[in-house]
Amino acid sequence: MNADTMTPMERVTTALGHREPDRVPLFLLNNLHGARESGLSPREYFSDPIRVARTQVALQKRHQHDCLYAFFYAAIEVEALGGEVCFVEEGPPNAGTPLLRDPEDIERLEGPNANTNPVLKRVLSAIAEMRRRVGETVPIIGVVMSPFSLPVMQLGFEAYLLTIFERPDSFWELVQRNREFCVHWANAQIDAGATAICYFDPVSSPTIMPAEHYAKIGGHIARTTLARIRGPVATHMASGITAPIAEAIADTGTVALGVGDADDLGALKACIGERVTLIGNLNGLRLVHQEAGEITRNVQRAVAAAGPGGGFILADNHGELPWQVTDEQLAVLREAVTIHGHYPLAGARTDHDG
Amino acid sequence: MLTIDRYQARRIITEYCDVDAPQTIVDDVIAPALEAIGDGWEQGTYSLAQVYMAGRICEELADDLLPPATSSGHSGPRVAIGVLDDYHMLGKRMVRAILHGAAIDAIDYGRCEAWELASRAQNDDIDILMISTLMLPAALAVEDVRRALTAEGIRPWLVVGGAPFRLDPDLYHRVGADRMGTSASDAIRIVRELEGALPDR
Repeated sequence: MNADTMTPMERVTTALGHREPDRVPLFLLNNLHGARESGLSPREYFSDPIRVARTQVALQKRHQHDCLYAFFYAAIEVEALGGEVCFVEEGPPNAGTPLLRDPEDIERLEGPNANTNPVLKRVLSAIAEMRRRVGETVPIIGVVMSPFSLPVMQLGFEAYLLTIFERPDSFWELVQRNREFCVHWANAQIDAGATAICYFDPVSSPTIMPAEHYAKIGGHIARTTLARIRGPVATHMASGITAPIAEAIADTGTVALGVGDADDLGALKACIGERVTLIGNLNGLRLVHQEAGEITRNVQRAVAAAGPGGGFILADNHGELPWQVTDEQLAVLREAVTIHGHYPLAGARTDHDG
Repeated sequence: MLTIDRYQARRIITEYCDVDAPQTIVDDVIAPALEAIGDGWEQGTYSLAQVYMAGRICEELADDLLPPATSSGHSGPRVAIGVLDDYHMLGKRMVRAILHGAAIDAIDYGRCEAWELASRAQNDDIDILMISTLMLPAALAVEDVRRALTAEGIRPWLVVGGAPFRLDPDLYHRVGADRMGTSASDAIRIVRELEGALPDR
């Protein structure tokens, strides 16, 4: 029987230190599942931070995974800025009509104070309640949108692409304003009790922007933002590919990188695995219809590719498990980690293998 | 187009192509270029930003090259495109631009619910109904569109695209769609393929 001998916090910090803990850490990024567990719509569920904290702690205990995810929904920052959010019954809320219509709107944009804004205060309250309930035994992951990626929801994707390529002055003005808000929002979550911040930056992925732009734009913005966040930051590109810019991402100061399933986990491990902990890369959308055998094989594949030596956390590749993934599937996933994720890993080569 | 230089793209067309044969330019230069860029995106070589900006450049070129009657007078299948339960129109915009660049017009249904898409497709006698999605709930709602189309007594080809389908390539089968586009420029290939198959449907 493979028994856990570390707390989630010990396990995760050991893995982040590029050493082998008792087993591969598992992050179930199940923010939406809290609503399902509570029998509430996402709109109702996320309206009560104490309920969010209580439910996330209960789900962490049930599945024995290794973090508390303080992510509500991606559009919450736009909501805090005064934008529209569209809720659906069994999925994540999405940003509605774009908040910013013209360059003058950008010049008027002011990031809210997270400690007084009623929308962001809910998240801070949830983080504080999570910390009160688990102490230092479980890492709490706060979330920010990168200053480079948030404008997709502020302007709409099409208007944003045109702003990047055709109105560079407006683009950099918006980035500057977003960067100030992003740093403030991240540090407010750290102050409330978050252990680390997940920096969602899908627009920087070569899936969205040409890889050769990363150093000048997305990477530059990340370096200058992460340097001012008072805690460890994990960069996540929400299923977008990372390999072509992996080394540049490692240079931004990030301690971890969320990896999409289109990336080769083993190749990334060889490329940046000594500098950055890899998080991923189970395909959450496919998990919706996968049966036990396939789930287990995917866990084995990921653990074998990136587990040796630590520096790896198993998770879904998008940063948000779909509502439709069942508790039974998560139980299978967790069981597969128990069987295949304990160190020393079966069949893994170590430095002593020669 | 990959360097997002619309002036250079226009210069190449006017200097090296026979502008008196605009349809040939569209068929032999613009459409293949868009398809090649789309293939590059699928392979991870090019980015979505490049696909989008190339689509816009080609849309402008087609507008300049083709007389309005030709641009809107495509004699092929009747095509419509809509976004299901989502406010984010980029995918639809890209597909329309790329189809327009290839001289294929698609009626724009904007943002619709499932029943509305089916009703409009029935009214417009649509042969190919394209649906762009961003989030999984919208992708799953394609099944509702298929049911609504059946209730309307019609069976247009149902073509879907967007992140949920690209990340889970089997999903389109499960929701009752006929084809999936993995990039916006796939729309050209799919329309031409289905155009040939229409009589046997």
